Amino acid sequence: MALLNNISAITEALDQEMGRDNTVVVYGEDVGFEGGVFRATVGLQKKYGKDRCFDTPLAEAAIIGSAVGMAVNGMKPVVEIQFSGFVLPGLNQIIGHVARYRNRSRGRYNLPMVIRMPYGGGVRALEHHSESLEDIFAQTPGLKVVIPSTPYDTKGLLLAAIRDPDPVIFLEPKRIYRAFKQEVPKEDYVLPIGKAKLVNEGSDITVVAWGALVREVQNALKDLKDEGISVELIDLRTISPIDRDTIIKSVQKTGRFLVVHEAYKSFGPGAELISIVNEGAFLYLEAPPTRLTGFDVTIPLPKGEHHFIIKPKQISDKIREIVSF
Amino acid sequence: MLTDSYNPLEGKMLSILDKDGKIINKDLVPDISDDELVHMYKTMLLTRILDIKSLQYQRQGRMLTYAPNQGQEATQVGSIAASEKKDWLVPAFRELGAWLYKGVTIEQIFLYWYGNELGSKFPEDVNMLPICVPIASQLPHAVGIGMASNIKGEDVVTIAYVGDGGTSQGEFSEAVNFAGVFNTPTVFIISNNQYAISVPREAQTKAKTLAQKAIAFEIPGIQVDGNDILAVYAAAKEAVDRARNGGGPTLIECVTYRLGPHTTSDDPTIYREDSEVEHWKEKDPITRFKNYLIKKKLWNEEMDEKQKEEYNTLVNNNFKKVEESGLVPLEDIFKYNYEEMPENLEIQYRDYVKYLREEVK
Ligand SMILES: Cc1ncc(C[n+]2csc(CCOP(=O)(O)OP(=O)(O)O)c2C)c(N)n1
Ligand SMILES: [Mg+2]
Repeated sequence: MALLNNISAITEALDQEMGRDNTVVVYGEDVGFEGGVFRATVGLQKKYGKDRCFDTPLAEAAIIGSAVGMAVNGMKPVVEIQFSGFVLPGLNQIIGHVARYRNRSRGRYNLPMVIRMPYGGGVRALEHHSESLEDIFAQTPGLKVVIPSTPYDTKGLLLAAIRDPDPVIFLEPKRIYRAFKQEVPKEDYVLPIGKAKLVNEGSDITVVAWGALVREVQNALKDLKDEGISVELIDLRTISPIDRDTIIKSVQKTGRFLVVHEAYKSFGPGAELISIVNEGAFLYLEAPPTRLTGFDVTIPLPKGEHHFIIKPKQISDKIREIVSF
Repeated sequence: MLTDSYNPLEGKMLSILDKDGKIINKDLVPDISDDELVHMYKTMLLTRILDIKSLQYQRQGRMLTYAPNQGQEATQVGSIAASEKKDWLVPAFRELGAWLYKGVTIEQIFLYWYGNELGSKFPEDVNMLPICVPIASQLPHAVGIGMASNIKGEDVVTIAYVGDGGTSQGEFSEAVNFAGVFNTPTVFIISNNQYAISVPREAQTKAKTLAQKAIAFEIPGIQVDGNDILAVYAAAKEAVDRARNGGGPTLIECVTYRLGPHTTSDDPTIYREDSEVEHWKEKDPITRFKNYLIKKKLWNEEMDEKQKEEYNTLVNNNFKKVEESGLVPLEDIFKYNYEEMPENLEIQYRDYVKYLREEVK
């Protein structure tokens, strides 16, 4: 066991997998010599050499596009995009190619690659450093989208992502990169992609969240404890493919549903989750399934960001509202 | 033409002032009035002071992330000084000297770095686009402004900035190519400050110079000493004049150095030696230009001290004003997404206001 935060859990997973599998290569802007602007790849170049961990020119389309070629030719690239706001020049590659290679070659080519990127708001960052874009990826057939919320999950899910035969978008909630530490096993383990995690068992309402929002919900639950509201909290962990079963079963039990996410509301992941609830648990519902999300506005700069960021009090109020419907 | 005599492929770099402020290229000294020379110098000085103060505020926890400019003032001011009021400035995010010269107020600069969208709402008579964080994505906008200028038949030039790292982006090449194809009145300034965060210039491209990237697109390109304001001005002026007269775009690589960290969240000691920084400090663009002005009897140390003091106060006062400006009102994050607020936004806004009111009760 070692006490790790979310960043050091990434470093440990990359380190172990590079040691185990010499087809794993790690690259991106500032990733090699410096070890990344968040220090996720620190020490890897020194340990595995410049062939295995390196800096690239500043060009996201080429970073992702070259990873396609690498994967076709026997490597397992794990590329870093410095912030999710800067993946946009690479979307042509991701949506146009990464997601489609297996299908368009009828299985002749598969792309065992991972695209890692910090995402999300709440860190009072500069413009284009705070967006939550999980819906764009989750909406694209052929991609898997994983978002860990704890160091233990980060390590197990990243190892699973690298070993996955399909491309995985690995979104890292940067707000909690260093927010807390957790005991994480030294040995190698994988957590299943496509499986949600039951964080808290409860009987009155199912709340689904992921990434940094899981902690916000947990904070909200402290408020509710004395009020006798029993919340079942599910950490989705994989946005796509979604774990329908866990959600439907939970809502069949609780009869109420809330999804909390920072991504924009309209056409966001909450809409998908509510549809799943309607399809699978409609007759069990005692209140309308509800979403608490980012507004449909460009995420504000720091002096207006507090309006946008979802606070625990809002979550507990929303839960009260649903339970007393 | 300077662009004829300084072929980047031959490793020629234009310089006029040496590091002590002595003229080394007499024939090329640009024709700039004394008043203008002093104005350029004062803008550099203000840039430096605003930068130093910002780093202080940041360390005191009074400021968010900030991208410093120290060492790059000649590149910034020399290039924009070659343009006119009616011309456009398309920034990247590290051209403080150019913005100040163009007429952006200190208050706005602080508002932007302080995290307020109003910092990107420049005065109506300042033809400048907002600061652009996604690297190189601003360059096609600059070219589009020029394409419109051509259609409208106006003699307006666009000066666009990008870093050395930015030249690796597809949008850089796409924009320069467009500029060539549509013969737009665009002057591309590459602020080659040797680094893109931790990645050194040599790791960005195998090309020996960034200026030579012009050659493939068949437009003029030149490399200049970016710490020599006279050289920057001379190259930029030639390019601006050419653009204004229908001669099309130019690519200017200014060779300079970022003396400070990439941003306040960066620790440059990880990726570069102090000795390298010291070496570049000797080429400081401000000291060099000051010595030149002193020799020309346009400036002296006493004036310098007085001016610095005045700027310190000016910067402090503006910062305090911004510090007291408070938070962005809720309404503002909704109001500007569309000309008319669509129903989904109106509902979200109304519901949230109602919630906040009830929460207070
Ligand atoms: C598309 C994109 N990718 C990554 C980043 C993160 N980033 C911010 S500045 C920077 C380096 C820019 O280097 P350069 O173009 O040389 O400009 P400089 O910072 O040296 O002024 C990077 C990688 C970004 N802002 N935009
Ligand atoms: Mg640079």
